[in-house]
Amino acid sequence: MHEFRFEAVKMPPAAEQLRREVRAFLAEEAGRGGFQPARNSWNTYDPEFSRKCGARGWIGMRWPKQYGGHEKSALERYVVTEEMLAGGAPVGAHWVADRQSGHQILRYGSERARRELLPKIAAGTCFFAIGMSEPDSGSDLAAVRTRGVKVDGGWKLSGTKVWTSNAHRAHYKITLARTAPKQEDRHAGMTQFIIDLSKPGVTVRPIHNLYGGHDFNQVIYDDYFVPDDLVLGEVGSGWKMVTGELAFERSGPDRFLSTYRLLVESIRALGTSPGDRAAAEVGRFVAHLAALRRMSTSIAGMLEKGAQPIVEAALVKDVGTSFEREVPEVFRQLLPTEPTLGHGETYGELLGMTVLRAPGFTIRGGTREILRGMIARGLGLR
Amino acid sequence: MSAIQESAASGMQQDLLKTIDRVAEAHCPKAARESAEAGEWPAALWRELDNVGLVRAALPESAGGPGLDFGDAMVALRRTAYHALPVPLAETMIAGRMLLAAGLDVPEGALTVTADGKRVPWGAQCAHVVVIGDDDVGLAEEPEVKLVEKNLAGEPRVQLGIAKSKRKRFPGARERLLLEGALLRSVQMSGALERALAYALGYANERVQFGRPIGKFQAVQHMLALLAGQAAAASAIADAAVEASAQAPDEFTIAAAKARVGEAAGKGAEIAHQVHGAMGFTREHNLHYVTRRLWSWRDEFGNEAHWQMRLGRMVAAKGADALWPMLTGN
Repeated sequence: MHEFRFEAVKMPPAAEQLRREVRAFLAEEAGRGGFQPARNSWNTYDPEFSRKCGARGWIGMRWPKQYGGHEKSALERYVVTEEMLAGGAPVGAHWVADRQSGHQILRYGSERARRELLPKIAAGTCFFAIGMSEPDSGSDLAAVRTRGVKVDGGWKLSGTKVWTSNAHRAHYKITLARTAPKQEDRHAGMTQFIIDLSKPGVTVRPIHNLYGGHDFNQVIYDDYFVPDDLVLGEVGSGWKMVTGELAFERSGPDRFLSTYRLLVESIRALGTSPGDRAAAEVGRFVAHLAALRRMSTSIAGMLEKGAQPIVEAALVKDVGTSFEREVPEVFRQLLPTEPTLGHGETYGELLGMTVLRAPGFTIRGGTREILRGMIARGLGLR
Repeated sequence: MSAIQESAASGMQQDLLKTIDRVAEAHCPKAARESAEAGEWPAALWRELDNVGLVRAALPESAGGPGLDFGDAMVALRRTAYHALPVPLAETMIAGRMLLAAGLDVPEGALTVTADGKRVPWGAQCAHVVVIGDDDVGLAEEPEVKLVEKNLAGEPRVQLGIAKSKRKRFPGARERLLLEGALLRSVQMSGALERALAYALGYANERVQFGRPIGKFQAVQHMLALLAGQAAAASAIADAAVEASAQAPDEFTIAAAKARVGEAAGKGAEIAHQVHGAMGFTREHNLHYVTRRLWSWRDEFGNEAHWQMRLGRMVAAKGADALWPMLTGN
């Protein structure tokens, strides 16, 4: 019996109060030209904006106060997250640390790592990158070749990571490396390390994306030293941590709101009395969004209760990113516009930017194909 | 105390589901399905549904209901659709809710409901026909059966001549019927989709080709993952619409539900059949009992385009910046 139930979550009054605060803050920031909603996505990097979020207590919301957190619920965090995305806020600098790295450090990090890093992350002054993929290890994560060798007081890392977003401007990165030779269980023998990107032994080289932007990097470790207290969790348990992290990474509103600003601007451009076809297309997207938001908030409720809804999260990401990709495809025809290279200053630029970013939606954070494999496993087919 | 009253008292949704599973197992064999499609009233099945308390499940205790809240009544309805029970239970619930909303008594027995006398579900076999005008609700007196047609699932859709009826004023009745109908069909479709997924998974695990179950092939796995996504989205938005409509139908969420679930119905049924190959195309296999319902229900009480357009116009009229507050309910 494979029945997916996405129970309702009742947003607590505190979360709705927070929603009003975030909206007011974003309106004020956008109003004074601090950011332009249409130009941004959740990887728009703006350290100044992140610092302001930190000052307002909107990063590390769920963490204990002793580590700079705010001991809020998953639902309060969810509300802040979705408001930021819907409002087109430039949250890219602190996004990864807030969404997953900080959680990993809190759960598996040494006391020193927690004390030194979490307060800075929560303040919006310390940013993280994720280092999983390698030249020969993309979807097949167990194929990582970056090696950690035990030395006195720590580990020496050697190897190359790719597609590391923001490694050229983040302060730290969490990286997955092989610390024991491959055995029958190919997922055993991997460990996660916290990498201080300012230390010697690590080189960051840009990889420009198809529209000429620079988010991605190649990161090369050459006998890079990691002290023992920057190892995450038990040596050899990296795989379990990585997969646990994915429920957080995959179920959030960032998996269906990437094209929300284009949707909003398209509705604006279609006017207050659209024709039948335009009204139906808009209505269809709104119906999809309503369903996705229900699924995603419900998962936030499950995470709050300590569940690990891995399959449900994969479903949200698969259904959500497919929705995201449809948005530009439909509106380019409803509002005939030649897409323009640029930064979202005009509708043509917003459309152009979205078309060029769209291929990434169904690749980042686990490709559509990998997700469908996970769903199939959850359905008992593997 | 009926079985449904007991589960209402205990608050155990699992018991509710078990009750319906048991009724389906005991009183809805294949022969009963086929004879219902041939036009015979499924008397034994209906009697049992009445015995366990399901017929009045969507009514409050004050109106003779078993004391379920509306959400649990919809869980029960979903389960009857999961089993593709060939009975006018949704119609009885909709008709009862319309009468109740208009302040009228809800009579015993199977009920159906119509605004125009056309394609009235089970219109020749129900004890009462509730008639809906633009702004009134009432009971038809001696409706005349003019033509009996069937929907794709073989459920009767009857043209009735309704010369006389006793009506009570109820402003917005016709709109209310459309919303109630769309809501309950969305719930039913989410249950039928769940079953289509269950059938497809079962078949994929047992059918062996090229030396292994076809469910081991990646191409088939990905199809089933897509089907699961459609079923999950459908049940999520149908649940949301039910919760939003506990007091009165919520237009925005119901429009989203009927549009989204209707789309899932078509896409989901297509995949379920593709996975079953020729076997699913036979009368012998039971898949068609749910897929033929999906193909029928999505076009009743407004198809996807109807609700998409309504939703799109609602959003456009309020303006692009009002969309987010509409979605978050704040």
